[in-house]
Amino acid sequence: MVKVTLDNVSKFFGKVKAVVDLNLEVRDGEFVALLGPSGCGKTTTLLMIAGIYKPTKGRILFDEVDVTDLPPKDRNIGMVFQSYALYPHMTVYDNIAFPLKLKKVPKHEIDKKVKEVAKLLQIDNLLNRKPAQLSGGQQQRVALGRALVKEPDVLLLDEPLSNLDAKLRVMMRAEIKRLQKELKITTIYVTHDQVEAMSMADRIAVMRAGRLQQYAEPEVLYNKPINLFVAGFIGNPPMNFIEGSIKEENGEYYFESEGLKLKLSKDLGELVASKSTDVVLGIRPEHIRVITSGEVDNAIDATVYVIEPLGRDLVINVKVDNTLLKILSTPGLKLEPGQKVKLVFPEEKIHFFDKYTEKAII
Amino acid sequence: MSKLPIPTYRITPWLFLTPLFIMIALAWIGPLFLTVYLGFTDLQLKNFIAFIKDFFTPQVHFTLDNFRRIFLAQDPYIPEVARITMIYVGSVLAINAFFALVLSIAIAYFVKSELISMSLRVSWLLPRITPGIVYALMWNWFVSRDGMFNLLLRLAGIPESWLPSNWLLDKPYSQLLMIIVNGYIGASFGMIVYTAAIKSIPPDLINAALVDGASEFQVARRIIIPLLKWPIMFVTAWQTLSLMASYDVILMVWGAAQGASPSEVLGITKVAGVTVWSLYAYTQAFSQYQYGYAAAISLVLVAIGLGLIVFYFKVFGFRRLMEPSRVEV
Repeated sequence: MVKVTLDNVSKFFGKVKAVVDLNLEVRDGEFVALLGPSGCGKTTTLLMIAGIYKPTKGRILFDEVDVTDLPPKDRNIGMVFQSYALYPHMTVYDNIAFPLKLKKVPKHEIDKKVKEVAKLLQIDNLLNRKPAQLSGGQQQRVALGRALVKEPDVLLLDEPLSNLDAKLRVMMRAEIKRLQKELKITTIYVTHDQVEAMSMADRIAVMRAGRLQQYAEPEVLYNKPINLFVAGFIGNPPMNFIEGSIKEENGEYYFESEGLKLKLSKDLGELVASKSTDVVLGIRPEHIRVITSGEVDNAIDATVYVIEPLGRDLVINVKVDNTLLKILSTPGLKLEPGQKVKLVFPEEKIHFFDKYTEKAII
Repeated sequence: MSKLPIPTYRITPWLFLTPLFIMIALAWIGPLFLTVYLGFTDLQLKNFIAFIKDFFTPQVHFTLDNFRRIFLAQDPYIPEVARITMIYVGSVLAINAFFALVLSIAIAYFVKSELISMSLRVSWLLPRITPGIVYALMWNWFVSRDGMFNLLLRLAGIPESWLPSNWLLDKPYSQLLMIIVNGYIGASFGMIVYTAAIKSIPPDLINAALVDGASEFQVARRIIIPLLKWPIMFVTAWQTLSLMASYDVILMVWGAAQGASPSEVLGITKVAGVTVWSLYAYTQAFSQYQYGYAAAISLVLVAIGLGLIVFYFKVFGFRRLMEPSRVEV
């Protein structure tokens, strides 16, 4: 097991800057997710760690060893590809045995290890089949088996669950996490699915357009997003954003937007105003309280737009003037489209971002 | 009620196919029947006019003499022709199917620069896109007495006495040239098929093998070649059949490019030892004017070809062979 360090790594394809000045440290035995929308450079990063791509600039270290110029075969990595990339002309057994055969491991030892891994992944009854005869989930396990059989120092997973159906995905999510904790392999997991990243990873590196946005534990990303992008990317339904400005009237601070005036505490108001007056207010759907009757202090008038019942949850879409907000609530609230409601934004749950730099103020 | 007219959608495809059918009938089925017919006659220049008069009448004298000449060694040159043909087909096939594979892997996989890969591919295509006679003339110049090849050898310090008096006529150099000249053209066919197939292998598979610990060479041997199984079989089958019937390049290099008339070709190719079976049939017809005998010789080739087709279909499976060549992924 090793620690993986990316030191100022960049990768350019001609004029396209796939990854720019990436600094990342993955601790020994840690499970890190590279999260971002497609084209953000996460797979390129993974392929650089694998040694398939050579960084244009920067260094990659495994523990203290510089592996930047090492070919993939000398890095002792296991990798699962999005397409699984099973060798179609080999049986499941031969697929899993392939890395060991290349290492010239004795035959009986190969046999022992392949069967061990196959048993661990519950594919020991499929060893004589060809990949084409397997279901997606089975192929995925074989790919995982092939990556694990050589006991790699680093396990790289490139969207391994994206080709599975929703039910299987949730199952495999837990299984991969358990496996990783059991084997304690340093793991880097690429995904565009924030739920996968949040549920599996010890730390998440959020990337956008080749640049690292924030690298932190899931709770930190969720509660303290560093900028608008991270705030909007993490969480489902996503955080609500309202553009507006901070106004000071008679020593009191307000957040003002079209059809909305929210009084802020003095501390918060001063803090935000000292950084910027053109701001974006962010609040997560589960943090907005809906009041259907009675008078509440500092509430916002809204109209119910549409209701999405999800069984356990209820997503209420409301309009404040022309801004659509999503609110996550529990079922039981009887609401009709067109109904007037009042919203309460608990101040400790409000985020403010600078409108121009998009950076978090608080 | 009258009978329904045949709907146009039934007729239209046949209408479009008619020119093709006419071409096939005139250029392939017709000559095939004629060859079979003539193969059992003694048509030659001497009895040509008389024969034409009796064409397709009971007066035509049918005989098995031609086949006796071929199979009972009454034509002393036949065993030599058979031997040369086997060397020719075997060696050129090795170039076209297997050397082309090695080259394709080198060009499409080992050479990572697309520009270099492209120019290498084009350089191997050049002989095929060059007009045949130009290609033949260039070889003639290249290996002539004071040609570039000898010049290079002299520059390399090879003594004059070691050089053959004529590369094109002295065996075994002449036969080696026969193989090289044909292989250089023929390899491009396999290369087009192979490089396309290699490029269609998903990069993930190759990356997976690299991550699994394979060297570039092991990727070629354990991933790329097994995945090219069908293209290799297809090219092998195709090339055996087309090589057996091909003599055009030999005829041009050892005939037209030397300024030889059709009647001189057989003499030259006999000396050079490059008379392949189909060329022998050609010379029997067009320089010896033994039309019946020539047809019989070609028929043997047709029979072997049909046999091979049946064999390939049996071994590879008819349907799989007829499908577009593919990579199994």
